[in-house]
Amino acid sequence: MHDAHRAAEAIARHSYGKLVAYLAARNRDVAAAEDALSDAFAAALTEWPRNGCPDKPEAWLLAVARRKLIDGARRRITSELAADDVRDIVASIAATDEAEIPDQRLALMFACTHPAIDVAIRAPLMLQTVLGLDAARIASAFLVSPATMGKRLVRAKEKIRSAGIPMQIPTRDELPARLADVLDAIYAAYAEGWNDHAAPDTARRQLADEALFLGHILVDLAFDEPEALGLLALMLHIEARRHARRSDSGEYVPFDEQNPKRWDSAMITAAEKLLRRAAELGVIGRYQIEAALQSAHVHRRRCGVANWDDIVNLYDALLEFSASPVVAINRALAIAETDGTSAALVAMPDAEQDRRLIEYQPYWAARASLLARTGAHAEAHHAYEMAIGLESDPAVRTFLQRRLKRIQM
Amino acid sequence: MQYLFLLYANEKGWEQLSADQRKQGEAAYTAYTNALREAKIYVGSNRLRPVGDATTVTMQTGQSRVIDGPYADTKEQLGGYYLVDVPDLDSAIAWANRCPGAHHGTIEVRPVWAM
Repeated sequence: MHDAHRAAEAIARHSYGKLVAYLAARNRDVAAAEDALSDAFAAALTEWPRNGCPDKPEAWLLAVARRKLIDGARRRITSELAADDVRDIVASIAATDEAEIPDQRLALMFACTHPAIDVAIRAPLMLQTVLGLDAARIASAFLVSPATMGKRLVRAKEKIRSAGIPMQIPTRDELPARLADVLDAIYAAYAEGWNDHAAPDTARRQLADEALFLGHILVDLAFDEPEALGLLALMLHIEARRHARRSDSGEYVPFDEQNPKRWDSAMITAAEKLLRRAAELGVIGRYQIEAALQSAHVHRRRCGVANWDDIVNLYDALLEFSASPVVAINRALAIAETDGTSAALVAMPDAEQDRRLIEYQPYWAARASLLARTGAHAEAHHAYEMAIGLESDPAVRTFLQRRLKRIQM
Repeated sequence: MQYLFLLYANEKGWEQLSADQRKQGEAAYTAYTNALREAKIYVGSNRLRPVGDATTVTMQTGQSRVIDGPYADTKEQLGGYYLVDVPDLDSAIAWANRCPGAHHGTIEVRPVWAM
């Protein structure tokens, strides 16, 4: 029983998206493909323990799912489909040799991140259709109610079908912009997973793994896209530091106090290699710059100190690509290291001008640490209070409370 | 739209904390309350005394019945609430997630029936 379960799970992870993409390629009906596939997985769980796992489990699942799809299409003849359509579907589904299922996951990723699909649902949609994650789990990771997430996913799939969103790789002139949307969605999934709290919250931590997995798929399928390489390098660099963020007793360790020896060297090596390969392709982009920034911090492993001049320059370049307050905040923190705290405070964005920052915890945390260094204790106190009030990770909250105490003494 | 955050937690957990830990816990709630105010979504909040101080009243049987103790004996007890005014459920969930009570207990997010 357990073997069959494990086999089904392993196949779900590696083949789910491939099978969905293949089944939905022609009529763009992702929901029907997923339903048929989930029936096929259910059949596998009863069949495989009894008769053993088939030699070609992927083809087995596809055959069962196809049958379900064809049955479903036949049943709908009288309602919405003409008999000709059904013959078409049957013919196209049956045409491919079961042993060779083409990998159309990239086309599926492009459909999930199509400009007609709401930005906020792109990452969840991709996690569901490419990796088979269920709505409840995605909902928890994205802090949305499961019922709402379920409805949004259904609506997005309906849109793919009814709006005629193509399941194909965009043309060359469209590709850069469309690829950026795919990358953004993968990175959004990773960012949700990165904000993991203590150990019990495994749904989120696994989300980071799933996003990395998507990054790997993308690099495998679009291996000569420098930004795809850049994104994977970026995620690996960040992931390499996951365990250094907590002390052995579970306390939060801020980035600048992490022991670089606790960073994962295999991941760093892989990231550096990806970044070099991206650089050879000669087209710079946002994710490569962000990965290069992480790479400049790795300098600390060898020399004990990060390469701050490089870091400020890279932030300047990054601002050219995305003039976001998030980048500006991090740039200001880097300027504190090269030009001092006063210069950094000048470079900080201002919540008076951009009201969104009032709810943005890193803004207050950055302000608090800069103000504390200049001795502006009253202002620092307020900023720490805001950072503490907006933080959801208890370990970080405790850390900030300790910092606040320090300036009160 | 107004949402009520009902903060449930095991009261015994609080009793077991040291004086320092309690102070830190209270400071976290203060900071959270201030952040709600600064974001201009705060409507109200209160901390409730332990369920041992509760009295339950009902007239469902046609007769007044007054009982010492809470309405329901549960592992986690209602210990306080926040009332916030935010645009939608997504925003309410994001704020509930930041509440210190989410870490040591459970928060029920309930939309207020608009009259």
